[in-house]
Amino acid sequence: MTKNPQKPLKPAAHPLDDLIRTERIPHIWCPGCGIGTVFSSTLKAIKGTGIPYDRFTMVSGIGCSARGAGYVKLDSFHTTHGRAIPFASGIKMANPDLNVIVFSGDGDLFAIGGNHFIHAARRNMDLTVVCVNNLTYGMTGGQVAATTPNRAKTTTTPFGNPDAPFNLPLMASASGASYVARWTILHTRDLTDSINEAMAKKGFSFIEVLSPCPINYGRRNKEKPLDTLKLYQERTIIKNGADPARADIDFDRGVILGKFVDIDRQTCDSMYNSVCRPCSDD
Amino acid sequence: MAFWREPLDTQEIQISKGTVHIIQDRCKGCGYCIEFCPKDILAFSDSFNKKGYHPPLAARPDDCVNCHYCEIICPEFAIYSTEDPDIAATETT
Repeated sequence: MTKNPQKPLKPAAHPLDDLIRTERIPHIWCPGCGIGTVFSSTLKAIKGTGIPYDRFTMVSGIGCSARGAGYVKLDSFHTTHGRAIPFASGIKMANPDLNVIVFSGDGDLFAIGGNHFIHAARRNMDLTVVCVNNLTYGMTGGQVAATTPNRAKTTTTPFGNPDAPFNLPLMASASGASYVARWTILHTRDLTDSINEAMAKKGFSFIEVLSPCPINYGRRNKEKPLDTLKLYQERTIIKNGADPARADIDFDRGVILGKFVDIDRQTCDSMYNSVCRPCSDD
Repeated sequence: MAFWREPLDTQEIQISKGTVHIIQDRCKGCGYCIEFCPKDILAFSDSFNKKGYHPPLAARPDDCVNCHYCEIICPEFAIYSTEDPDIAATETT
């Protein structure tokens, strides 16, 4: 006679288990990858706002970090490559009460999706953009990306990257973002507070998070994941309100972290209403 | 290297106490919690989990102060700490 399988004991519950699709965990991210930390910080910040979970939407593009939308137990949307911000803008315009979070990587948001980022920041769409910057194209095998530091070795630049990298906070603030910050995965508490603050902020909020990619970036640059975190500990300095023009990523000189921009501007939604719906009551 | 002076109210401060819970089969053995635990209470265990990694082990569980840093830095949702019920009970009475 066959027996029913023994029901497993109820497994121990992580405090964030109500926000993740536990049946899909363990996730695909490599051992030592920092995306999981950024993801859990984002979830913690969502939890910390106290807003009901059905008022949130997470949108992501393509790439390692973009898998986040598949692991979160919220309404989430895994979109085409580079188009996370346009889809999120559409969601926000259709339903302005939603808190829309874009969780994606540097390749998706700044290489293929660079223009969308600039224009969403220019219009001051009320989005929260969390960009996991691992300095390379991780999912496709570690090719040189727009954010790869000068002289870093990648699969396509075996002698070192000859080009200068993007300075993401400078680009965001120059395009008109209302809130710009940068943290690393080691500064998780600051990161969580920052994401929380950005979600409460009306307008385009951008948070760059430096994160190690041990398999496709670290391995070629002789950096173990713990070495990268040591670098984040020793070679970074927190300067809130610093000039984003000085915030380029050069670990020999030191990397500036902190909140760079926090200004109030009219959002896209309120400007649209004042121009196109001047007679409506609401 | 303790170069700071002892705070004046150090006798009155109640240090919180926590218990570390490790979900063995989610761990991928990156070692972040072990390296960055401010009280150094974790260590790699000798046993393997389902995927063949060495999950952490609370080597000195009594020293946990429930700071939640392991919980917040773990990329795998595999470790968390809860407040020790005994201490919580004595605080309320």
